[in-house]
Amino acid sequence: MSGPSQYVPKNALARWLEARLPIIGFTYDSFVAYPTPKNLNYWWTFGAILSFMLIAQILTGVVLAMHYTGHTSMAFNSVEHIMRDVNWGWMIRYLHANGASMFFLAVYIHMARGLYYGSYKAPREVLWILGVVIFLLMMATAFMGYVLPWGQMSFWGATVITNLFSAIPLVGDAITIWLWGGYSVDNPTLNRFFSLHYLLPFMIAAVVALHVWALHVVGQNNPAGVDIKDVEKDSVPFTPHATMKDMVGVAVFFILFAWFAFFVPNYLGHSDNYIEANPLVTPAHIVPEWYFLPFYAILRAIPSKLGGVIFMFASIAILVVLPWLDTSRVRSAVYRPIYKIFFWLFIVTVIGLGYLGSQPPEGGAVIAARILTAWYFIHFIVVMPLLGLFEKTKPVPASINDAVLAKNGGERVAAAAPAQ
Amino acid sequence: MATTIATAEPTRRDMLFIATGAVAAVGAAATVWPFIAQMNPDASTLALSSTEVDISAIAEGQIVTVKWRGKPVFIRHRTKKEIQEAEAVALDKLPDPQPDSARVKKPEWLVVIGVCTHLGCIPLGKQGAFDGWFCPCHGSDYDLSGRIRSGPAPRNLEVPEYAFLSDTKIKIG
Repeated sequence: MSGPSQYVPKNALARWLEARLPIIGFTYDSFVAYPTPKNLNYWWTFGAILSFMLIAQILTGVVLAMHYTGHTSMAFNSVEHIMRDVNWGWMIRYLHANGASMFFLAVYIHMARGLYYGSYKAPREVLWILGVVIFLLMMATAFMGYVLPWGQMSFWGATVITNLFSAIPLVGDAITIWLWGGYSVDNPTLNRFFSLHYLLPFMIAAVVALHVWALHVVGQNNPAGVDIKDVEKDSVPFTPHATMKDMVGVAVFFILFAWFAFFVPNYLGHSDNYIEANPLVTPAHIVPEWYFLPFYAILRAIPSKLGGVIFMFASIAILVVLPWLDTSRVRSAVYRPIYKIFFWLFIVTVIGLGYLGSQPPEGGAVIAARILTAWYFIHFIVVMPLLGLFEKTKPVPASINDAVLAKNGGERVAAAAPAQ
Repeated sequence: MATTIATAEPTRRDMLFIATGAVAAVGAAATVWPFIAQMNPDASTLALSSTEVDISAIAEGQIVTVKWRGKPVFIRHRTKKEIQEAEAVALDKLPDPQPDSARVKKPEWLVVIGVCTHLGCIPLGKQGAFDGWFCPCHGSDYDLSGRIRSGPAPRNLEVPEYAFLSDTKIKIG
């Protein structure tokens, strides 16, 4: 991404534009000629999948906003109006609601890929932190979006989450009233959530641009975890190689998305949200959407209100300092036999927390949630720093080319043509 | 470009920079403030901040829920037995110690805001181990005086500002 552009304008108009605004050259260098590690696997297609999910959410969301009414007396009915009266409204709403779930599914796989292959390690710290910022913005957007249909889970989810801020000492209650614009979740709250729910996706898009910029400065990580040394031998041009592979990933992922949206559109939702919000009746068991369950489990595992809130936010904030907690010199888990075990243990921990977050907070579930919460933090604070010091890693290939050859009958090739 | 010569003495220019910067900072704060303050409760919300309730129809042992500032308020007409039970609790057993007398204006009438002090759910009346309220969300147990006895809630159910206008009428807020 430095040096003169490789783009050569082919006609007079393109030459004229390029001399005034080199936008075609910029796009060409970023998404066509850009050198991509030639060993990328399908886990690397989730960046493209996420880009398409963001576009899908903005597109369906803008359309839904044309038919939705952001007022407590009409919001619930306007959603039913979208479902029953608006042309194709049912489809667009189901795509939007399930799209949120698919967005989180893709982002969790994308993050797990980063954790497995050490994509957060130097020099990709800023790239990783921008990813955490996007994740936080996604959580805020999804939370506010879930409030808009004004069902029982919308209302009580909003009440529980905004009440988290009342745990802040001294100013907590004032902040909560400020967030609500009243003394409880009510019309001012719904209205501002609608406004912010419309705004935040565009902020996500802006941070995604920074994320891609940072990616193009430091280059993509890859399964071998070694950087491109020889552009000729280690990389292929982004187009057509990565573009086509990304499209395959997007197409397969969209089959799953379509299956949810068209065949089980309410599977990931909660039936209580088809009951209009009632400030005087709390549902028997409040659960957030599935993608928040691990964090909800951490919140409930701590037997103190402020403590629970602190640990819940810390569970995400700790990702920001992960590049410095991981002391290993080797990036990829492919060459880290012990880290590989801890990585899968961590995945099991998060899924376990997700399950416990969906259960009533009683008896064994509370104790299990405490153990898993403890392990979640031990993984980052104890395991990651110590592994780098004590783990005996496997030899890392000298280059991406060597890694590819070693995997695909490299011995024979190497014997025929010894390395220069 | 001319090279800058470092001088030990502050100059008139330094003074001007600081003064300009200070004015700009005050201006920025004054501009930001309305954008923050607009999120606080507006005049129409504040106007609904009190409500009058006729309590003559509430039978002994009954709990009535009224809406005040968008929140439920529990008005409980306590029986003699319930009053005695609430008054007999030793204060050292309470996470948020408060005698029953400090929470009522007349012992037979308990008025509390029906919002769990944990995360804002509505507790269910006459349930739980202490016959007061039980919050179904995260399992907080309140007693006959609305005081937290067990569970994650940090404080007792809040007592709103209220006054007896007559023997049968109260004004909340």
